[in-house]
Amino acid sequence: MKNEIETLKKIKEFSNSLKKNILDVAFKGGAERSHIGGALSSTDIVSVLYSHVMKFNKMNPKDPDRDRFILSKGHACLVLYSALYEIGFLSKEQFFSFEKENSILLGHPVINKDVGIEFSNGSLGMGLSLGVGVSLSAKIRKKNYFSFVLVGDGECNEGSIWEAAMSASKYKLNNLVAIIDKNGLQQTGTTIDIMDLNSLDEKWASFGWNVISLDGHNIKELFNSLNKDKLLMSEKPTAIVANTIKGKGVSFIENNNEWHHNLVTKSQYDAAIAELGFKDDR
Amino acid sequence: MGARATVGLYALEIVKKNPNLIVLSSDVSTSAGLDRFRKQFPQNYIEIGIAEQNLIGVAAGLASENFDVVTTTFAPFQTLRCCEQIKVNLSYMNQKVIMIGIASGLVQGPLGYTHCCLEDLSIMRSLPNLSILSPADSLETVKSVDAALKNKQPTYIRITGTTNNPIVYEDDYSFVFGEAITLKKGKDIVLMATGTMVNEALVAAEKLKEIDIKIGVVNFHTIKPIDKKKILELGRDNKLIFTIEEHNLIGGFSSAVSEILSTEQLKCRQIPLGVNDIYDKGGSYIFLKDKHGLTAEKIFIKVKDEYEKI
Repeated sequence: MKNEIETLKKIKEFSNSLKKNILDVAFKGGAERSHIGGALSSTDIVSVLYSHVMKFNKMNPKDPDRDRFILSKGHACLVLYSALYEIGFLSKEQFFSFEKENSILLGHPVINKDVGIEFSNGSLGMGLSLGVGVSLSAKIRKKNYFSFVLVGDGECNEGSIWEAAMSASKYKLNNLVAIIDKNGLQQTGTTIDIMDLNSLDEKWASFGWNVISLDGHNIKELFNSLNKDKLLMSEKPTAIVANTIKGKGVSFIENNNEWHHNLVTKSQYDAAIAELGFKDDR
Repeated sequence: MGARATVGLYALEIVKKNPNLIVLSSDVSTSAGLDRFRKQFPQNYIEIGIAEQNLIGVAAGLASENFDVVTTTFAPFQTLRCCEQIKVNLSYMNQKVIMIGIASGLVQGPLGYTHCCLEDLSIMRSLPNLSILSPADSLETVKSVDAALKNKQPTYIRITGTTNNPIVYEDDYSFVFGEAITLKKGKDIVLMATGTMVNEALVAAEKLKEIDIKIGVVNFHTIKPIDKKKILELGRDNKLIFTIEEHNLIGGFSSAVSEILSTEQLKCRQIPLGVNDIYDKGGSYIFLKDKHGLTAEKIFIKVKDEYEKI
């Protein structure tokens, strides 16, 4: 129990650091505008994965036994870069080169296994198929690594997500986890107005997946649901429908779709990091 | 034997030596000659169903884990249906996947233009990192698969023709990726052809020889990277170049040749033969080839006319 409390505390600290990293690089990197809302809605999920769930080798990002993370909602790249910076796969110089000339860090991830970026993503609806391929590889080679694919709820408009969902179920890929960041907003409106997905839980279940619906900002729920031993007890792939708040952690960004892709001003940056409990350390 | 059956049989040979081979199909195991492969090597065969976008994504996932991955389905669905997946997952990421587009060109004429494929070369050609092979017969199909397996980048193999394609190569020969092969030497006129058009060009050249017109025939089995050296050499040595393809005249093989010829001040003229940017009425393969001027007989007449004007 004490251990769990300690673990959850560490994950929360990790998540808070990622949120600061996101704001730092959005403000100080090379981009005029950044996809901030969708990065912050995913931060708690990504933090649980990178701080305590995923297996990786700090000395070797290409360790063949590592768990693979695929950011299918590639526009939320800042949360991935922030995590890779936090665990030391990206240097400070690389991290802050975001969207600068000749940077390896563009506004959507570009494959670079040397720094822990498994695939190029950004065209929505493609990441889950890649995860199916990677998970099949593990099954064929009898390896025990997992693939975690972060999918947006708006992204579930893409038919290719459902093509991939069918195949994961057919091949019983219980080493594949899709986490749907259900923040209820997509580029130009709510997911209900733009293209109503109705019940995502029922959809994933009817495609043959285990479905866990939870609060995507509840670290404890996320941590307990991402227990690999438990996941392997089923023959099915698992979809975690994470109910989230776009822009989570910064009050004036939360649920405000102007922050889907936006510019951070100096005063906004100061207010945001103060709210997270940090001081500007420039 | 047709090129399609060749693909299936040859995959069986490869997998016996290379267990790292994974073949993915979009519900075409019988059409692609893969039925025996599927039954004998189920662990190397992945059925994706009628879902070509996922076909490419799963293939890329496997390729990133260093499998030798082959995908196959009918050419329009292998290329256009999942074009953006090919761009992002194979071309942009430079993942080594071998895509085999079966029944490309006009052979599916009776089924209509949903199933014909006159656009694959132009669209695939515009994707960086992607190589394109277009074999002339069954033996060359085998050599193309070997070349694609050795290639470190993604490759599209375009299969044209029917189940009983004429044999161009009776004997073994040297196939070098990216190097066109001179099959006949001639004077003033050369036919550059690809896929099934190589045989039509050879037959036409034989007939022309009977009336003392000696022309060259060159097989371009690699469309990308195209053999620039050979094209320029032929451009310098000839007055007329015919480029012959079972494809739309926009963006395909003829365009690839023009792009090279235009880099030098040459006196030769290029005459492109292919489908002139139209979804015409349907019909049998032979009927459509004839209609678009792509039979040996039509090529013979066209060359003879142009020869008389030189």
